[in-house]
Amino acid sequence: MKITNQEYNEMLKASSPNTKLHMTLPKAFIIGGFICVIGEVFLKLYERYGAGRETAAMLTSITLIAVSAILTGFKLYDKIAKHAGAGTIVPITGFANAVVAPALEFKTEGFILGVGAKMFIIAGPVIVYGIAASVFYGLIYYISGTVPV
Amino acid sequence: MGNYYGKGTINFDNAPSVHSYASAVGPKEGQGPLADYFDYIGEEAALGEKSWEMAEVILQKSAFRSALEKGQLAETDISFIFAGDLLNQCTCSSYGIRDFDIPFIGLFGACSTMAESLALASVFVESGLAQNAAAMTSSHFCSAERQFRMPVNYGGQRTPASQWTATAAGCVVVAPRKAPPYVRAATFGKVTDMGVKDVNNMGGAMAGAAYETISTHLANTQQSINDFDMILTGDLGKVGSGLLIDLFKRDSVDIARVHADCGLMLYKISEQDVHAGASGCGCSASVLCGYILKRISEGKLKNVLFTATGALMSPTMSQQGESIPAVAHAVHISAE
Repeated sequence: MKITNQEYNEMLKASSPNTKLHMTLPKAFIIGGFICVIGEVFLKLYERYGAGRETAAMLTSITLIAVSAILTGFKLYDKIAKHAGAGTIVPITGFANAVVAPALEFKTEGFILGVGAKMFIIAGPVIVYGIAASVFYGLIYYISGTVPV
Repeated sequence: MGNYYGKGTINFDNAPSVHSYASAVGPKEGQGPLADYFDYIGEEAALGEKSWEMAEVILQKSAFRSALEKGQLAETDISFIFAGDLLNQCTCSSYGIRDFDIPFIGLFGACSTMAESLALASVFVESGLAQNAAAMTSSHFCSAERQFRMPVNYGGQRTPASQWTATAAGCVVVAPRKAPPYVRAATFGKVTDMGVKDVNNMGGAMAGAAYETISTHLANTQQSINDFDMILTGDLGKVGSGLLIDLFKRDSVDIARVHADCGLMLYKISEQDVHAGASGCGCSASVLCGYILKRISEGKLKNVLFTATGALMSPTMSQQGESIPAVAHAVHISAE
C-alpha cells in the first residue's frame, strides 16, 4: 500500500525511542557538577599556595584543559561523556576534548593538512561565534557605557 | 540466460552457485553471538595498521583470500570482482584489490552493497560472461565515524535510534551451478526517499526502501512471504525492523513471522552498547558470509530473501537540509 512521507514520518516518530531524560539529566548534573567541584578544589589549592584570585583561576582552567586532553588521549573522556552528555560538553574540559579528539583522529593525514587543518573542526564554530558575540557586546558596552546583562 | 521480469527483477534460470564465501570482523563483532562463524577476528580495531582505512582494507583482503582458499580457487580463476564500501571513492575496495590482478568493478550502494554486488556477480555468471565472479564489501566503525560523523574520541552522546557501524567484511564467489546455495533471482531496488532527515536514524531512513524492494520482488516473481523461511534485511536495526513490520501490516502481511535483520544479529544488543543495532556494509556482508550461507549450505535454511538496505546519506546534502534517500536490493538464495 502506498504511503505518504508524512504518514511514514509519523510512524517513524512513534517507533523511534526517545532519550530517557530521567536518566540523562541527573547523570549530566552529577558528573558536570563533579567537574566543577574538581575545579573549585584546584582553585583553592592554587590560592593556598600563594596565587592571586585571577592567576589561580587561570591555572585552574589550564589544569582542567590538561586533564581533559590527557583523558582524551587515553580514550577515557568519551567513555565518561557517554554517560555525562552535557555534563562533560559544557565545562571547559568539553572544549578541550573537542580540540584534542580531531587532532588525534586526523594525525594520520599529517601535521599540516591533518592535525593543523582539522583541529578546530568541532570547536571552530564556537570560537567564531564566541568572538563575534564578544565584539557585539563590546560595542554595546562602548556605546552605552554599561555591560548588558 | 536469466529472464527480466521488468521493474527491476531478474530470474536466474540456471541458478548460479555460491561457490565459496568468507567473512572477516573486528574485535567487537568477535564478541558477538555469531563469533564462531567468522573466518577471521581481529584482535584490535586498528588491526595493526596505522589508519582506520588501512584496517578496513585488511578486512577486505582477508575475506577475499579466505573465500579463494575455501573455494580452492586461484586469483586467476576470478573473472571479475564487484566491490564497494562506505568511504568516498570506494577507498577500501580499490586499495583492498590493488594487489590482485583481477578486473575490478567498483560499486556504491552504501549498506546495500553486499546484495548489489552479489546480484551483479550472479548476472555475469548466469549469462556466461564470467566463470567465477566475486562480490565483496566492508565497513569499519572508525573509518565511517570520521567520514560521516565525529572523531572517534569526541565526547558526544549517541541517540537511542543510532546504530553501530560494523567493523567487518564479507566476500562471496559466484560460479556456474553445481552445488547449493543457489542464487535464484534478484531485484534491484529504486532510490526511495521517505523524507527522513535524522542522520542518526538510518533504520528509519531505510525501512521504506526495504518495504518497496521486498514487495516488488514478491509481486514480480508471484511469490508470497510463505515461499521463504527467512526474509533477511541488511541493517534496519530495531527502529527500521519495527517500521518494516508495520508497513507490511498495512497490506495485511505478517512479515514478522519470517523477518530477521542482520543489524539485530551481529551484536548482543543489550550488552554491547550498540543502541538500535548494527549497520554498515560489513554488517549484512559478515552475517550473510559468516552465518546465513553456512545455514543454507547445511540445508537448515531453504529459501532466504537477502535484502540489504543502504542509506545513501551524504553529509553535504544533509547539511544542505535535504532528506536521506535509501535503496534496497534483494537476492533470493536457495538450498534447492
